[in-house]
Amino acid sequence: MKSSCLQLKALCLAACLVWAGLTTALAKEALPMAQDPVLEKRLVLISEELRCLVCQNESLASSRAELANDLREEVRKLIAQNQSDQQIKDYLVNRYGDFVLYRPQVKPMTWVLWFGPFLLLAAAVWGMFSYIRQRQSAQSAGLALSDADRHKVQAILKSGDAP
Amino acid sequence: MKKFFIPLGIFLVLVAFLAVGLKRNPQEIPSPLLGKPAPLFSLSTLDTGGAKFGPQDMRGKVWMLNVWATWCAACRDEHPLLVALSKANQLPIVGLNYKEVQAQDAPAGRQLTPDDKLRIARERSAVWLQRLGDPYVVSVFDLDGRVGIDYGVYGVPETYIIDKEGVIRFKQVGAVTLETLQSQILPLLQKLNAS
Repeated sequence: MKSSCLQLKALCLAACLVWAGLTTALAKEALPMAQDPVLEKRLVLISEELRCLVCQNESLASSRAELANDLREEVRKLIAQNQSDQQIKDYLVNRYGDFVLYRPQVKPMTWVLWFGPFLLLAAAVWGMFSYIRQRQSAQSAGLALSDADRHKVQAILKSGDAP
Repeated sequence: MKKFFIPLGIFLVLVAFLAVGLKRNPQEIPSPLLGKPAPLFSLSTLDTGGAKFGPQDMRGKVWMLNVWATWCAACRDEHPLLVALSKANQLPIVGLNYKEVQAQDAPAGRQLTPDDKLRIARERSAVWLQRLGDPYVVSVFDLDGRVGIDYGVYGVPETYIIDKEGVIRFKQVGAVTLETLQSQILPLLQKLNAS
């Protein structure tokens, strides 16, 4: 058990060494930018909020589409240029429209989207209360018996005593 | 009476929303570039002499920018229409070849240099245009898709109409059809050429 674990470790180490060798060999390709952990973290945070345009139900962070790769590379460049999150999002919105944002901006065009549900809720609450009030007043109106009715009821009840 | 009209009203509103909503194409994303200046670029052309081309070269003309690639099946579908359009001398069409050479085209274990990519892209495009007809006044190569990003390209083919001032007036994602040509593009051309 122990020896196989050691073997595994050795294998891992060998793989790491080979990989390190490869990356240094490819160092000219400007890949190291992708290895900056701070940059990558921000890239993930930003691209999770962005939609992949090719496969529209995937975020830019999770999509394997070719265009998503290119756009992630583009976002990486913008991060390296010290652009703010907002600037980066604006950059993409200017090219692909609001559609790339999973969280739509609040502006006159999207008011119905943002506030419509609350309006509907308010209308439903108002409808419910007016319905309840209507029913209550109908019930209380129905409860008020006239004297004639009361006499009738009593007569019925009395007659019910002797079947 | 009221009890009858309220549900009916709600139902009709719902029907109206569905009637509109179900007919819309979710793939069709309104481009924010409409009415904005066409992004500038300077790209290599089919001409091996090293001549570059950019939208600034088309100032004063109403022209069409057609984004295509030889790997794109829908481009093959729309190609005859573009050839016919250019033969009818309707407007100059510029071909923007988008990412002709993809990562998987590289031979195993080797990465293609930009020069390799340009050479391959030129070869492939020349063959395609020779076989299917060349509707383009000039063909440019967007090898890394960088210009495509500026134009908001997300599905090839895409077609843009750019006016005399260099402003984008029309964008079509997907193949141009005879119907869009007749109902939208040609009337727009008349309007833009008249101004």
